[in-house]
Amino acid sequence: MGDYTFDEIYAIVVMQSFSGVSLMCIYILMGLGLYIIFGQMGVINMAHAEFLVLGSYTMCLFSKFVTENMPAFENYYVIFAIPLSFGVAFGVGYLVEWFLISRLYHRPLDTLLATWGLSLIMQQCFRSFIGAREMSADLPEWLLGSWAASDIIDIPISGLVLLLLTVFLIVGLALFKTKTRMGLRMQATTQNREMTGALGINTKMTDRITFGIACGISGIAGAFFTTMASTSPSAGTNYIVDSFLVLVVGGLGSLVGLFVSGGFLALLSSILEFFMTGSIAKVWLYLVIFVVLMKFTRGLFSDKVRS
Amino acid sequence: MINPINQAESSFGKVLYERLFKNKEGLIAFAILAFVILIIFPTVLSPFRLNLTGKYLCYAFAAVGLVMCWGNAGILCLGQGLFFGAGGYCMAMFLKLEASDPESTAIQSTPGIPDFMDWNQVTELPWFWNPFKSLPLTIALIITLPALLAYILSVFYFKGRVSGVVFAILTQSMVACLWYFIVGNQGYFGGINGITDLKTLKGWDIRTEDAHYLLYYLCCFLLLFCILLSRYILSTRLGRVLIAQRDKEMRVRFSGYNITSFRIFIFCFAAVVSSIGGAMFTLQVGFMSPNLIGIVPSIDMVIFTAVGGRESLLGAVYGALAVNAAKTAFSEAYAAQWLFFYGATFIVIVLYLPKGLAGIYHDHIKKWIGKSMSSSKNNDGETPALVTEEKNAE
Repeated sequence: MGDYTFDEIYAIVVMQSFSGVSLMCIYILMGLGLYIIFGQMGVINMAHAEFLVLGSYTMCLFSKFVTENMPAFENYYVIFAIPLSFGVAFGVGYLVEWFLISRLYHRPLDTLLATWGLSLIMQQCFRSFIGAREMSADLPEWLLGSWAASDIIDIPISGLVLLLLTVFLIVGLALFKTKTRMGLRMQATTQNREMTGALGINTKMTDRITFGIACGISGIAGAFFTTMASTSPSAGTNYIVDSFLVLVVGGLGSLVGLFVSGGFLALLSSILEFFMTGSIAKVWLYLVIFVVLMKFTRGLFSDKVRS
Repeated sequence: MINPINQAESSFGKVLYERLFKNKEGLIAFAILAFVILIIFPTVLSPFRLNLTGKYLCYAFAAVGLVMCWGNAGILCLGQGLFFGAGGYCMAMFLKLEASDPESTAIQSTPGIPDFMDWNQVTELPWFWNPFKSLPLTIALIITLPALLAYILSVFYFKGRVSGVVFAILTQSMVACLWYFIVGNQGYFGGINGITDLKTLKGWDIRTEDAHYLLYYLCCFLLLFCILLSRYILSTRLGRVLIAQRDKEMRVRFSGYNITSFRIFIFCFAAVVSSIGGAMFTLQVGFMSPNLIGIVPSIDMVIFTAVGGRESLLGAVYGALAVNAAKTAFSEAYAAQWLFFYGATFIVIVLYLPKGLAGIYHDHIKKWIGKSMSSSKNNDGETPALVTEEKNAE
């Protein structure tokens, strides 16, 4: 430590914690989708990581399409790619809910297995139809640069955009849930399915849209995943266990808990990875989580609901 | 004087018979399984195929464990590989120590320690390898280590009433944690390559054909023993409480049972059974690696159980055999189609066959057999058995 000046240490801390913030955003975006689905139907979607990969591929393929056919458009395609990723993931999620999940209500453990089967099939689809090779999007130049906050602190612009996008999505989702008719229907179905149905709301349709939205958010996370790493059919599996744990530590069904535990785990894992190798850092991260959960078995911010 | 004792003995035998097999049908089903794995497979299959079958039967141990804790107690464990691996690694560490005696490792910079330690600049045998110098201690650890692990990993969660999906997710992250632990500690556990090059057990070469036959039979007998033990547990009141708390948790709680200890017990029991399977796996296959026990193999174990029928102990064995045989047959030639098929199996089983192969047998084949035999014997074998059992309990 003696070789660094105070300013340099400060810069390292700022940049390191910013990389933690990027990880936190991915955790939160993944966790957000899982949170919505869990809140709605008490199930954890094991195929969630595949929707992230679906979003990534949409972004990559769209970027390829744009560079080949409309080079003039290259700098702006990202703005359209993100809604497109959302749309594709939403569509697939909608169909999945219709044909698979809707048949499995009240059997949460079975849904776990069925969605795992789904994730195998989706991974193999990516491998067969898109190719097993890693793929990355050609990002426009304005996303690649970095913002020099001071002489020695460089913050990547893509990270800033990811942060902004996450905040935007969270606010948007909160407004959607409380202010729009569809959002209110979603909330009503979560709270009391029978009563909502009795009041004439199509709960099945609501379920499909809810599931679609959750998958779509994961798709957006995937689109932004391309700025951090290249996409391969099994790229999502590295994040899925972590995002499950984010959800569990936060206390299933608590939005505040999701943010706190996302931040806590991302910070912890970037600190641990600074001091030891990747695998050992993971072991310690998991052990800390297990011990925390031994004390707080319902998560840090659980609703005090009698089950 | 002699008569009452004889009677007592015969009634004890009867109780045991009913506990283990329930009725004649149970005995026949068990005998068929024993006949298939002990006589048909060794005579029909080539030594290579038999060794493969032995490997599949090791997975059947894990599946039997899952039948106990998932099918009959409602605790889905997506991390059964953790315990399978605990047994497998204990056995592998013992064999590795025996394979790396000072003479055969003379070229290393530190002779007498396993080769991967030497490659990773470890100069001294770590303390936790010491118990694996003795076979009895190793066997004791194969039984106690997974039980202890399962106890520590479940006691707080079950006390805090963590169950269902959340516990399943937790067990999955536990097995992920073990995977990272082994991969990260290359010098102590061989890392991603695993522990390889295992040769002898107490001087007996385990790689010969004869050894494979013997180990196969040992594996079969242990498996049959585990199944009988599981049956016994299910037939006692303990087993009935387990099934009751699976179906109506609150009702059992309000009846004054402490569900937590029942759950911990069955979770530990499943862990020990899987661990025995892991140890047999190492013996028959000759190596152990983290990729055999990670997240994906652990879920594979659940699918074996699901295919066989989650409540059926014998079904679990058939499930493990069928899925593995199909995997070996198809995955080499049609890798892509196999994964589609495999994924679809998960979905179809869950949607349409929640009871698996055992369900097909109970719902269709059994009726058909009953019709074709058209005997006047009691079709409903369960009720009389239960009645006699209750009488005996009194």
